[in-house]
Amino acid sequence: MSVLNTAPPRAAAKPGSATWRLIKAESKLSIRDKMALLWGVGIPLVVLIILGSIPSLRKPNEDTGGLTTFDVYVPVLILFNLAILAVTALPTTLAGYRENGVLQRMRTTPIGPARVLTAQLVANFAIALVAMILFLAVAGLGFGVDLPQHLFGFAVAWLLAAAALLAIGLLLTARVPGRSVASAMGMVLFFPMMFFAGLWVPISEMPAVLQNISRYTPLGAGMRAFQDAYLGHFPSVLPLLTLAVYAVGCSIIAVRWFRWE
Amino acid sequence: MPPVIEVRNLHKRYADKVAVDDVSLTVQEGEILGILGPNGAGKTTTVECIEGLRTPDRGEIKVLGLDPLRDRAELTRRLGVQLQAGQLPERLQVAEALELYSSFYPRPADWRGLMHDLGLTDKAKTRYAKLSGGQKQRLSIALALVGNPRVAILDELTTGLDPQARRDTWDLIEGVRSRGVTIVLVTHFMEEAERLCDRLALIDAGRVVMVDTPAGLTERARIGQRIQFRPSRPLDDSLLTSLPDVSGVTRRGELVVVSGNDNALNAVTTVLARNQIVAERLRVEQASLEDAFVRLTGKRLDPH
Ligand SMILES: Nc1ncnc2c1ncn2[C@@H]1O[C@H](COP(=O)(O)OP(=O)(O)O)[C@@H](O)[C@H]1O
Ligand SMILES: [Mg+2]
Repeated sequence: MSVLNTAPPRAAAKPGSATWRLIKAESKLSIRDKMALLWGVGIPLVVLIILGSIPSLRKPNEDTGGLTTFDVYVPVLILFNLAILAVTALPTTLAGYRENGVLQRMRTTPIGPARVLTAQLVANFAIALVAMILFLAVAGLGFGVDLPQHLFGFAVAWLLAAAALLAIGLLLTARVPGRSVASAMGMVLFFPMMFFAGLWVPISEMPAVLQNISRYTPLGAGMRAFQDAYLGHFPSVLPLLTLAVYAVGCSIIAVRWFRWE
Repeated sequence: MPPVIEVRNLHKRYADKVAVDDVSLTVQEGEILGILGPNGAGKTTTVECIEGLRTPDRGEIKVLGLDPLRDRAELTRRLGVQLQAGQLPERLQVAEALELYSSFYPRPADWRGLMHDLGLTDKAKTRYAKLSGGQKQRLSIALALVGNPRVAILDELTTGLDPQARRDTWDLIEGVRSRGVTIVLVTHFMEEAERLCDRLALIDAGRVVMVDTPAGLTERARIGQRIQFRPSRPLDDSLLTSLPDVSGVTRRGELVVVSGNDNALNAVTTVLARNQIVAERLRVEQASLEDAFVRLTGKRLDPH
């Protein structure tokens, strides 16, 4: 179209390094968000330590294939951490960025606002990864809970659960007008999701109807996949597929719906 | 040489409101064009269309020969933007923001130097949320310049700054201009427009009322001088109104106020001398751009 376009002076541009800096900056900002760290990491860690100190929770249980109630709570708390970061911290931050014109400001730079989203996703993913390792270490070293017997299966399940939850968080953010609505919607979503993961009543003790519903919720599916891995086999297809459908489906809709302002 | 920015017959409406009705503008290389107009005139919408943030309903825009929508990637590398309402993440520190933004551009300016020029060095480690309005504004100016742009569009450049910071910012902008950067400045402030702009576009209700140099605008509004004095003895108005250089005579108590073109003072003093009248407490005011604006649009620019 234009003469100025014929020789793009692209040589000096280093989008790779800019993306990396953006990821570092967003990670720093997420760590400075004390509320997210308190709810996402501090509280589940404290709960883990308290539950681990209750002897009656440390007896093997028939319903869960010989795992103790405490054993089952370790993955529940890992999911708690993922859910807080993905459906409350991420949407609140991004909706705030939209509300305050941060994304609009990024649109005027060569980097563009989509990479802010990516950086926020990576930052939350990284914090969740560190928290997951921390929880496993505390449960293992502090209370003698064995690592999941099928470690690879556990890793796959965790990755899919992280992808599904982050996609749900992104979808939640796609159209909300501002921070306050985003954090309210995140909370509304968080409690039923955690219920179906067995935070209050372990899944194995739920009535059959609820157990069936739980199967198709993201955290219920996540729990099933984790339990398979804890008991020593690669997670079965249904929970993994459920998580993958959430991850892909929500991402596609979120990308289509996402508004920058 | 083709203009750096060319806008032709721009039209943009929001759901129920025409924000920009018909705007055409050109900006030449190296000049500072001021866009002046009352609140809601369509200034921000116009520059956001130029920046490629909004899709015009009609009209053509070229910036450095690029189409702001189709050639976004290339345009963002060469255009520095200060948004009227754009903010930064609350917990991001000043130096972090500048360093981060400078990494977005192929040939960035020295961000430490900019931080210093804008008086933000002591705030380097302060979080954005903790900055005062004026400091946020200065950071936003620094971020608009950190990519070493060929063209900068600054919306409400000095709104929210105290008078000293405003003058410092003007010096900075003059420095930027002297490096050959073309600047579009959206402003409310007459003094700013007079001091910085080579040409001014007056926008009112989504239309360009007039484009001219600041001096040309005052001239066109035909209000050159305002002369005020107390005559030493009674004076017949017709002595003054008959002068071709005088356009109006009014009384304010015992004072006579005469307006007219640049020759009015000469003519008035000659007539007074011939009639042996002494002009006591004589004051002469050059008509300001503000007067011109009111004359041309019938509106005040910055309602107090
Ligand atoms: N996003 C928007 N949606 C609807 N109306 C808008 C929007 N932005 C601006 N307007 C309206 O368009 C008109 C022009 O606004 P704007 O371009 O911001 O003017 P200015 O910058 O000159 O004050 C105003 O009446 C304003 O209320
Ligand atoms: Mg405006």
